[in-house]
Amino acid sequence: MSDLINASLKELGAALAAKKVSAVELATLFLDRIDALNPGLNAFIALDRDRTLAQARAADESLKVGAGATALTGIPLAHKDIFCTKGWRTSCGSRMLENFISPYDAHVVEKLAAAGMVTLGKLNMDEFAMGSSNETSYFGPVKNPWDSSRVPGGSSGGSAAAIAARLAPAATGTDTGGSIRQPAALCGLTGLKPTYGAVSRYGMIAFASSLDQAGPMAKSAEDCALLLTAMAGFDTRDSTSLERPAEDYSRDLEKPLNGMRIGLPKEFFGEGMDADVRAAVEAALAEYRKLGATTVEVSLPNSGLSVPAYYVIAPAEASSNLSRFDGVRYGYRAPEYGDLNDMYSKSRAQGFGAEVKRRILIGTYVLSHGYYDAYYLKAQKIRRLIAADFQEAFKVCDVIMGPTSPSVAFAFGAKSADPVQMYLSDIYTISTNLAGLPGMSVPCGFGATHLANPMPVGLQIIGSWFGEAKMLQAAHQYQKATDWHTRMPGGLS
Amino acid sequence: MNWEVVIGLETHAQLQTKSKIFSGSSIAFGAEPNVQANAVDIALPGVLPVLNREAVVCAIKFGLAVGATIAPRSVFARKNYFYPDLPKGYQISQFEIPVVQGGGLSIRVGAGDTATEKFVHLTRAHLEEDAGKSLHEDFHGKSGIDLNRAGTPLLEIVTEPDMRSSAEAVAYARALHALVQWIGICDGNMQEGSFRCDANVSVRRPGEPLGTRREIKNLNSFRFMQQAIDFEVQWQINEITEGRAIRQATVLFDPDTGETRSMRSKEDAHDYRYFPDPDLLPLEIGADWIAEVESGLPELPQAMQARFQAEYGLSAYDAAILTASRAMADYYVAAVAVAGGANGKAVANWIMGELAARLNKGDMDVAASPISAAQLAGLIQRIADNTISNNIAKKVFEALWNGEGKSADEIIEKQGLKQITDTGAIEALVDEVLAANQKSVEEFRAGKEKAFNALVGQAMKATKGKANPQQVTDLLRKKLGA
Amino acid sequence: MITYRARRFRQQTALFPSGSTLSTPLLAMSLSPEDISRIALLSRIELSPTELETTRDQLNGILGFIEQLQAVDTTGIEPMAHAVDVVQRLRPDVVTETDRRDDFQAVAPETEAGLYLVPRVVE
Repeated sequence: MSDLINASLKELGAALAAKKVSAVELATLFLDRIDALNPGLNAFIALDRDRTLAQARAADESLKVGAGATALTGIPLAHKDIFCTKGWRTSCGSRMLENFISPYDAHVVEKLAAAGMVTLGKLNMDEFAMGSSNETSYFGPVKNPWDSSRVPGGSSGGSAAAIAARLAPAATGTDTGGSIRQPAALCGLTGLKPTYGAVSRYGMIAFASSLDQAGPMAKSAEDCALLLTAMAGFDTRDSTSLERPAEDYSRDLEKPLNGMRIGLPKEFFGEGMDADVRAAVEAALAEYRKLGATTVEVSLPNSGLSVPAYYVIAPAEASSNLSRFDGVRYGYRAPEYGDLNDMYSKSRAQGFGAEVKRRILIGTYVLSHGYYDAYYLKAQKIRRLIAADFQEAFKVCDVIMGPTSPSVAFAFGAKSADPVQMYLSDIYTISTNLAGLPGMSVPCGFGATHLANPMPVGLQIIGSWFGEAKMLQAAHQYQKATDWHTRMPGGLS
Repeated sequence: MNWEVVIGLETHAQLQTKSKIFSGSSIAFGAEPNVQANAVDIALPGVLPVLNREAVVCAIKFGLAVGATIAPRSVFARKNYFYPDLPKGYQISQFEIPVVQGGGLSIRVGAGDTATEKFVHLTRAHLEEDAGKSLHEDFHGKSGIDLNRAGTPLLEIVTEPDMRSSAEAVAYARALHALVQWIGICDGNMQEGSFRCDANVSVRRPGEPLGTRREIKNLNSFRFMQQAIDFEVQWQINEITEGRAIRQATVLFDPDTGETRSMRSKEDAHDYRYFPDPDLLPLEIGADWIAEVESGLPELPQAMQARFQAEYGLSAYDAAILTASRAMADYYVAAVAVAGGANGKAVANWIMGELAARLNKGDMDVAASPISAAQLAGLIQRIADNTISNNIAKKVFEALWNGEGKSADEIIEKQGLKQITDTGAIEALVDEVLAANQKSVEEFRAGKEKAFNALVGQAMKATKGKANPQQVTDLLRKKLGA
Repeated sequence: MITYRARRFRQQTALFPSGSTLSTPLLAMSLSPEDISRIALLSRIELSPTELETTRDQLNGILGFIEQLQAVDTTGIEPMAHAVDVVQRLRPDVVTETDRRDDFQAVAPETEAGLYLVPRVVE
């Protein structure tokens, strides 16, 4: 059975189809691992064995009769707790929703369930996806499986840790400023944020609506391609969902990289990147050249403004998006209060954690009377400059590459005292969200190699709009030539 | 001391769609609390709005009807504030770029020939969602929230501060009320809150800059609007006269006391933090869509008034009355279609005279008239072709009203009301009357004109009014050598 | 209410030496305790006096950081509100929803007779 925890989705699908293993056996295998290992990792925050096994039995039934079975039928996965999942507690990592049992399914949850995938449980995350270390979760931080004294990254830290520890073969994540890519990098996984509008946001609890996008997290690009094909697609319930023909994101995986032009933004390779990260990224680029790709220097002159612009736009949208959490129709209500405003103010003060409150307050401020033009409008104009930079760069390259994160996973508490330092963890990922571009992170080596536990480094690949298939091709060809993505943290098997 | 009153109106017209503006919930009135509030309406985490096409069609219709610019690209914005009937903590509205820009409404202030015309300019009209309702009956000292109304599509129609009296404000509100029903975008039901007005009122000495305004919220009848504005104006004048400055405020009108009072809940400093809703993309309306909506739009009241004056010789006042509502105009047009254009004036007179009087007496709308437009037209045709006299026609009208027959012809036939026009028969009758009323004949010959009328009356009485009065008169004069 | 004071611009350029960030100090805004109270009221988030002080420090740090946007010349640049340049799709006017009140109110803090209950609303 131990080979099953390392198997690719394709291998799992084949094993299920060949009846070498049943969906129930597979789900049980992972549920047992979760029971054993999750207490030390805190990746899962909601489990429901009966419900999971019922789904697995249904998948087995469908595999038996063959009707409606897909390549993913019977394969387990886990959902970031930002996705509304009917009948499951959906907390978004917050005390505010500690007791919220969702009465409906997110579009992504529906689609993956329709493909026959089995839900193992709900994954820990930074509260309302606001964080880069998973330290803001009301349910406690997630530990990095490579070194439990370090953060797994965030906000999809539970998703990353669960896959890295082989508690789930795959997971969903969301990415507003790097929340899929950064934890994927810090935990040695492959994670993909699609083009804005490719995956429906319906049922995904909003953080910053114009930046949020759901995507897959798994061990390999091949797995991500399969998952993305199942997750993506037009949804009438999301006005920003794009009406495009369905895509097979695996279609270009096996194409060689000869002639692929890789843009290297000079701004991504300046100071600020740790030496060990730089070494791993440079080595990966050398590998790409070996595979037939060429590299070309490009410039994203405004990318230095992406973090400050993001910290105007995202909190502004968040301050409004989170107003619905008022203790009236669902969610936390303070046990004692006076009048209506007191009920609101106490419920929100007690229901939200410090980082969420900070962002709501910043967002409220930048939208308030007299400051809107100076902050919000200004940031939106700069957002256009940042997007235009990418447009220019993609005239001379097919994909852009660079580091995902400036450093390997840092220790708990290292950046919690200074919000701005934490915000800078996403310095290389945020600009793609502002531009609406797809981006992914693939494992490309290890840093902190002098330590007992060397930590994974992620290579970021940024695609042009709707360039997911090309990005995945680049990642898959690299993963065929390297084995970083197959590495597993020690002491967990 | 002379004071000038300055009034601007903001009207919320509930649009006649089937579903809500951003969700597929029904907007039918009167359902059990919260059964028409779906996941989007109660703002569950993760839900998203999608714009109802029909709500946009309603906005286009309105823009066309008031001669406004339909914005080729307009933007939905969030208006942020906390209130329990506002589930998202923000209202989706339009702020910087509304869908309807400019335009205006011609109104008539006063009645009859003394009425004056005035043009009220519109600033804008924008699409937005309604809030739910807070019910204040006592739930152990708490309020109950019903979100059935949350997300109901509204068109907020904003005027320039063009009105100078409560009468003008009411005339505008009535004209707008008629127009939105006319073009079929709002049912106009004020009791159910489908048409609600807020009045911004200030006073100033003529020539001075605008005074500080106070906003009277939720005026749901024209009578209350008049009373509220009149009270507010007097109150403001008193305040200023007594040396107290007016402070900007939101006030409510209390129909029981006839007074306006400040709303406590709106006293907090508010800052709505408008910004473009990231969940909704810009609304684009192309010329082809506007043309398509325009082709389906009914003839508008102003155009119809001009046509009635030109084609049927109606006065401006009559034309205005007959186009005061779509139902009235429909009735008139249908009646003229049967009676013929030559009877256009007569049809107008009958509708505004006999029919209006009966309807008023029964407090009924013309749409509910027991006499159909075709029936009234049939009656008028019989007057025109001398089958019956005007007096007999009133009897026939009464009979039609009471349902005594299906048509004027049937009643005339059944009740034998056909006018006697046979000259021989009338001559014999006249001879009889002259013979039986020698005294009156003498008096007439002595110069008493009244005696002649008595003779006509006798002749009519003898035929139960059926003789053609003109023929009777002519023959009598001839026989008396007058 | 807002007080201005010269503030050393946070050094951020180290990460992006070739970027367009600034190296000159700007006049940055600093929020007063009254500003924080006003923002907290608008946000309906209760802050204790000590929270107010730490919040003020942190918010001023963040505002100092985003202050660098002010120095960028954005003349003639259209604000970008959405990540994709598409227009609003329209939904046909059809009632698609059925009554799910019981499901929805199962997670509500307080309801009665189908209504959500809140502290008395005063108009």
